[in-house]
Amino acid sequence: MELSSVLLFVMILLPLVFAALVAMRPREHAAGIATVGMLAAGLVATLGLFQFDWSRTAEFQGAGSIPWMPSLGMELSVGVDSVAMLLVALTALLGPICVIASYTAIREKTQTFYAMLLILQAAMFGVFCARDLVFFYICFEFTLIPMYVMISLFGSTNRKAAATKFFLYTFTGSVIALAGFVYVAWYHANVFTVGEWTLAIEPLRQAAASMPADQQVWVMLAMLAGFAIKVPLFPVHTWLPLAHTEAPTAGSVILAGVLLKLGTYGIYRFVLPFAPAAVVEYAPIIAIVSIIGIVYAGLICWVQTDVKKRVAYSSVSHLGFCVLGLVAINNAGLTGSILYMINHGLSTGALFLLIGMVYERYHTRSMRELGGLAYKMPIWGCFMVYFAMASVGLPGLNGFISEFLCLMGTFQADASWAMVSANGDGATPGATFGTLGPWFALVAGTGMIIAAIYILFMVGKVCFGPLVEPQQHHDDDDHGPKLPTDLSAREIGVLMPLAILCLVFGLYPKPLLVAVSDPVNQTVSQVVEGYRAVTPINPVIDAPPVPAMTLRTEEGAAQ
Amino acid sequence: MTDSILLANILPAAQLATSMTDKIALMWPEIILFATTCVVLIVGLSPSATIRKSTGAIAAVGLAIATLMAHASPPGQGGFGAMMPYAKALIGIVGLLMVGLMAGTVDRRFEAAIESGRATYQPLLATRAEFYAFFLFSLTGAMLCAGANDLIWLFLALELTSLPTYVMVVISTRGTRSQESGVKYFFLGALGAAIFLMGFALIFGGTGSTMLFGTPGDPGIAEILAYQTLQFNGINPIAMAGLVLAVIGIGFKIAAVPMHFYTADVYQGASSTVAAFLAFVPKTAGFIALIVLLGTVGWSHDTFAGEGGQLPGVLRTVLWVMAVMTMFAGNILALVQTSAKRMLAYSSIAHSGYMLVGLIAGPGDGTFRNSGIAAVLFYLTAYGVMNLGAFAVIACLEKANRDSESGDAPEDVADLKGLCKTHPLLGVSMVICAISLLGMPPLLGFWGKLPLFTAGIGAGEIVLVVILGINSAIAAFYYLRLAGAALLEEPDEQNEALRVTPFGARTFAAVLSAGGVVSLSILSGPIMGAAETSGRYTPVDTTAIFQDKVFLPPEGTMMPIFPDPTEGLGEID
Repeated sequence: MELSSVLLFVMILLPLVFAALVAMRPREHAAGIATVGMLAAGLVATLGLFQFDWSRTAEFQGAGSIPWMPSLGMELSVGVDSVAMLLVALTALLGPICVIASYTAIREKTQTFYAMLLILQAAMFGVFCARDLVFFYICFEFTLIPMYVMISLFGSTNRKAAATKFFLYTFTGSVIALAGFVYVAWYHANVFTVGEWTLAIEPLRQAAASMPADQQVWVMLAMLAGFAIKVPLFPVHTWLPLAHTEAPTAGSVILAGVLLKLGTYGIYRFVLPFAPAAVVEYAPIIAIVSIIGIVYAGLICWVQTDVKKRVAYSSVSHLGFCVLGLVAINNAGLTGSILYMINHGLSTGALFLLIGMVYERYHTRSMRELGGLAYKMPIWGCFMVYFAMASVGLPGLNGFISEFLCLMGTFQADASWAMVSANGDGATPGATFGTLGPWFALVAGTGMIIAAIYILFMVGKVCFGPLVEPQQHHDDDDHGPKLPTDLSAREIGVLMPLAILCLVFGLYPKPLLVAVSDPVNQTVSQVVEGYRAVTPINPVIDAPPVPAMTLRTEEGAAQ
Repeated sequence: MTDSILLANILPAAQLATSMTDKIALMWPEIILFATTCVVLIVGLSPSATIRKSTGAIAAVGLAIATLMAHASPPGQGGFGAMMPYAKALIGIVGLLMVGLMAGTVDRRFEAAIESGRATYQPLLATRAEFYAFFLFSLTGAMLCAGANDLIWLFLALELTSLPTYVMVVISTRGTRSQESGVKYFFLGALGAAIFLMGFALIFGGTGSTMLFGTPGDPGIAEILAYQTLQFNGINPIAMAGLVLAVIGIGFKIAAVPMHFYTADVYQGASSTVAAFLAFVPKTAGFIALIVLLGTVGWSHDTFAGEGGQLPGVLRTVLWVMAVMTMFAGNILALVQTSAKRMLAYSSIAHSGYMLVGLIAGPGDGTFRNSGIAAVLFYLTAYGVMNLGAFAVIACLEKANRDSESGDAPEDVADLKGLCKTHPLLGVSMVICAISLLGMPPLLGFWGKLPLFTAGIGAGEIVLVVILGINSAIAAFYYLRLAGAALLEEPDEQNEALRVTPFGARTFAAVLSAGGVVSLSILSGPIMGAAETSGRYTPVDTTAIFQDKVFLPPEGTMMPIFPDPTEGLGEID
């Protein structure tokens, strides 16, 4: 059965409808309505997974559009390829989990909270489904408002500053990205074609890829301004630890699980194919920035005493791998990166849930006040160790395969390897540029060691050390169950799906690898073709080397 | 009246008469507004309280009729004639929203005293008639700007827009602050007027005409400047100096740097209702005047140059610097304000800066996405609605334990804390308007900014567009504070409780504006279409100028009209 655009529109609209319901019904019903809404949206997404034709993964299925603001040429057009579909599925999975995990944590202003979660869900679906640049931008930006409200209303002590910082950082970046988008649209209308104005992503990609290299650089920088802040890359990562620490548990899960992926997804979907020549040219610089992020954030992580901050910094470090894989611009790197988006969402989301559960019980996240909790809460301890291992990249669990592929991609993106893999033909899928190389992989690899140190140290201290509990228990207040009890059935139920998926994707990642291989091939060849079309080809890729000038004329004649 | 004598010299009497009748045919909205003004002046002084209180309603009816007439009006003359119906209808519609907002601005304590029997009605003490009359006069002036095809007309229309507002500021509250700000506003306004009048005089000096766009056989400033451009590779330096002065002087109306200094003080001193008026009506009049004025020189020669019309370099530089300074000054100064009204005042400066980007971009190829003029016209609509909403919410509130007519309005952003809890309708309206002013998609403010982006990039002003983007981000700081105070904060116990003013019309205006922001966010397609048509520009037919040389100045003008710019100014007596 063909995936229909109606289904995608319904999936985006459904959370909004339920958000309106939540706002209208009395507050006692808020959590219930939100659960139903999230599950319904999840059901629609699942239906989409089944309807999606997995034999044509690179194609944008379920394409459809509704005209909106015709004077600006804007349409609400949707469509998903397998990468978008998988990220939609991740979003659909984390949505209900966040709602159910918040039953006990959120007791006040429940209407606002759940309404915001639902709106956020709709916006995130919109980002992944959008096939119109402005529609994408609207959804991308609109994730800010619910997250801002969630952090500043339901966060901990320093929440106002954290929310404001989060909002301003991301908003500033994405406004500049909008200027880049509009420039591409202008280029398409005035240079690439004769006055055909469109905001649809595919024609704009073709136009952008044919830009002269110097213009591509500006477009790339503008887009990176938006996406790098969202990822976040060093040195614009400083909003993230603050936002994560202050956000309520559900907010952190969504933030780490999906919102950060909007940045890497943006790089995958826009920066790579829109500005191929610039990306190839600047890949080493982006890679170095990512590696600095990996190592630097890892080292900062090491010295954090706040458990949540530790996981937050680990996200910066992990997403560095993700971007590193993207700029390797070869099959292994891109595949690893896309897998990383999904796997990081599962494992880090779960870690934030676990930390939230401890916080509900002890009202502290300081490692000085927590220790040996596995003795008190064995089930919790069990999950904690499990997800920590998944996050660190223990072979057999999901983190390993994606981290390995990212590093392998980086390693292979070497001049000598490029010659072997390209087989004399740079356009072969799997081709690679000699932009990165073993040294990049080596330095980035130290990040894995650091990750093992800080995560294992934390797990050792919090789970297995001598039993330490906070001095003052808030025994008598009505927040959460009596302390300390082990996980309830609801909490186990929330963690189980994530745990199962971590194991499945760790042991048998093949379905995922197969699913993303076509889109990845397509993106890689788009970048390769785009790079060849506008700049002299790097002689290393094509053997025997041809003088650059000759090739450029040939390319020009062929056009 | 030297000007009119010269005018009579230049324009044959018969043609003057035809053009006057033509113009009157286009002026029905203004004529209706003027008639309404006269009625309002009399009715507002009636000894019967019921009749007196119907003044606002009468003004609203007159405005509604004028708006309908404007909507049905044929396009005007000249390069930007298509803009006239749109601009007049826009002024009428936002004016209608404002009539509701104006309820109870003046005479509140006086009427209360009469009702309780503590005072008897004395026409000399009442200001209602004058207030509404000035309100309508100002709107009439703004509408006249849209139909202006003559420098003198334009000057009179701009002054008709501004002069009533000086009085409105003073009588809007009983406090001394409004008197102070009224005087300040008047003096700076007079300075602004003097500057652009000087500019107009120099334009006349450099072209020998006061008519902006001529008809075949009867050249106006646009044709003469086009001729100068083609003949001498640039326009007469005197005319250029005049244009620069005119732009800077009109900068007072739109509150652009360097003529922005009055804004915050005046908005703060006036009542919120009048501040809302000041933030829209003179600004709209100013932008219309700028469009018309720049149309005479900016984009008129593209048929000849063949690569798209552009402003002359000097003017472009002046506008560029003005736009950048205005955006930064407005936004950065708004950041440090604690008073909500001052913050909105500085933000209104910043919005003028955004719209200047559209002016620099020019009419492009006439499509909505490339036309900076259409973008400005649409932005004026969006800005009018959302800014009115923000001011209206403030105007709807007063501190509960005081009953003086002045100083009882909420002043600080902190006063608005928890507004969504205490007054949900007003709170939500404030949040919607603030977020929209911020430019958050998919609200109206975003749809206003996007065409500015596309038009700016279409005109090659990429740096300017990036600066516009950065400024939107700076603006997020303080709009977020405004929205956050209303939505997220708890009501402050220490602050005096706020109550809603007893004027339903104000609340209605506030909620209607917020509703307008939401509905226009989804349905502004037709308005964009209208703005697109209205922003179209008929370039001067340069081929005709070369063929029959109809442009040549009549005998007996006072100065050589086309001095060769290379010979400098020494030639002119």
